[in-house]
Amino acid sequence: MPSLSKTEIQKNDMKGKGPTQNTFKKAKIREAIDGWLFSLPFVISALVFFIGPLIVAFLLSFKQYSFLDGSILDAEWVGFSNYIRAFKDPVFRKALLNTTIYAIGVVPTQLVIALALALVVNSKIKGKTFFRTAYYIPTITSTVAVAIMFMFLFKSDGVLNKFLGLFGVNPYTWYDNIYLALPLIMLMAIWSSIGLYMIIFLAGLQDIPDSLYEAASIDGASKWQQLIYITIPMLKPTIFFNLVVSLIGAYQIFDQAYVISDGNGGPLNSTMTVVLYLYKMGFDEFDMGYACAIGFILFVIIFILTLIQKKFFGEETKM
Amino acid sequence: MEKKKGIKFSRIIFYLIIIGYALIALGPYIWTFITSLKPTSEVNNFSIDFSTLSFKNYTFLWKKFPFGRWFLNSVIVAAIVSIGNVLFNSLAGYALARINFPGRKALFLAVLSMMMVPGQIVMVPTFMLLTKLGWVNTYKGLTIPFLTSLFGIFLMRQFFLSMPKSIEEAATIDGLGRFGIFFRIVLPMAKPALATQFIITFNGNWNSFLWPSLLAKSSEMYTLPVGLNSFQGQYYQFWDQVMAGVMILSIPSIIIFLIFQKNFIKGISTTGMKG
Repeated sequence: MPSLSKTEIQKNDMKGKGPTQNTFKKAKIREAIDGWLFSLPFVISALVFFIGPLIVAFLLSFKQYSFLDGSILDAEWVGFSNYIRAFKDPVFRKALLNTTIYAIGVVPTQLVIALALALVVNSKIKGKTFFRTAYYIPTITSTVAVAIMFMFLFKSDGVLNKFLGLFGVNPYTWYDNIYLALPLIMLMAIWSSIGLYMIIFLAGLQDIPDSLYEAASIDGASKWQQLIYITIPMLKPTIFFNLVVSLIGAYQIFDQAYVISDGNGGPLNSTMTVVLYLYKMGFDEFDMGYACAIGFILFVIIFILTLIQKKFFGEETKM
Repeated sequence: MEKKKGIKFSRIIFYLIIIGYALIALGPYIWTFITSLKPTSEVNNFSIDFSTLSFKNYTFLWKKFPFGRWFLNSVIVAAIVSIGNVLFNSLAGYALARINFPGRKALFLAVLSMMMVPGQIVMVPTFMLLTKLGWVNTYKGLTIPFLTSLFGIFLMRQFFLSMPKSIEEAATIDGLGRFGIFFRIVLPMAKPALATQFIITFNGNWNSFLWPSLLAKSSEMYTLPVGLNSFQGQYYQFWDQVMAGVMILSIPSIIIFLIFQKNFIKGISTTGMKG
């Protein structure tokens, strides 16, 4: 309670100078001015670059507007037709399907691997710091660099195909193949963010008190039982947090899809994602109203998914 | 005896798993680095002929292509954005943690709600605004909209809440004003959190692609990820050079991470953001 200290100081002040209503009021005004002055840069930035544009985006999503048209105010109201159009648009539906496949494939895989690695790294092993560092490096690398690296590794005469060839797998240029391009993006996403979730799991693991494990092992619980009955339940808030972050990130996939398809979501829209389609509609087709509607659909999807997870995980999760 | 054997066996499996995964995590970098040292003719040769390796590709990219310029742009943009974030996020975070002003609760609630909105929603109107302002393809456009961050404010608020109040109280009694306390006492005490904020923002901005690809239109304004992507699109058959470009983009991140590992891990485990 930050207010407490201030009133204490105030009391001391009053003892010295005599209790006048005036000094108290002055201090309150001072607090108000200071508070808003400190927040001012953020408030301005949020209003100009977030809240304002958000309102404009909302209005635009009900209008037929192209950037080349001139004033937004003159643009024609079209009601919900941008939203309706999205659900009839085969390319948008494909984008939504791709993004959902991507999320279903990536989110559980990366969290399970991250948790397994966190458990291993958290046990008493030598070189813990080295492994933690090694696993984390892909996370801090640019998505563009990762995408290009994977394109190179997975081209038809690349090292991965050479390796797979040892097992009799035919070589393909993954990023040019309608069946393999999306899985390639999924692979690079899993590879590049396991470290992130591992670190968060590690922090969660370290918060579990040792006494719980001690008590359990006195009672004769095996390592496996300890994992199921202590570790996993105690990690619930961390798992929820990771799930939310990972799922929100998954629905916003853009960079990798842009790089491997040269910005067009190809081959044959097999790497078209929701954000990439929004980008294309907004900045290649100048169909701004439609692009904004796609943005709000994305927001609603993410919002609903977060609520479902919250329900599923119950109220005890702190977020 | 029996039990000891069991433990040993699980140890071996543990080490196999973690070493195996370390190879998966680092292997692509090693292969990329080796390729970047090869001449183009050797790219598809999987044995390494050490006599042909050289840093030629790097000097080539630096001299014949604007990689130097792109690198400089990335440094300038990331530095400005990071300084802005350190200053403004800690100001706002401090107000939310310590100053009892009317509207504080509402402001914090606003921060939390905005964190739930995907940033891509505002892409179209923000781009239109920046076009109106004439900021597209300028450093202004690449930096000013990104000077504060919701996650950063959240991180700083948590930090200030956990800081002991007694020193600030003593300073108040000594007659120091709010700004004096903040700049002379609070910020010096917050150095570790500020460093975390700076490094994570710097790395996030260094790697950022979506916004710079919209806002940097001509080659001399490209940041490194945008530049590398356009280079890759045109010269993809020269994988050795492209891989050198990948290394130029990745190595600064890796070096910064190796030096400031603790800061990264602290920032990530508090907010789950990687910048």
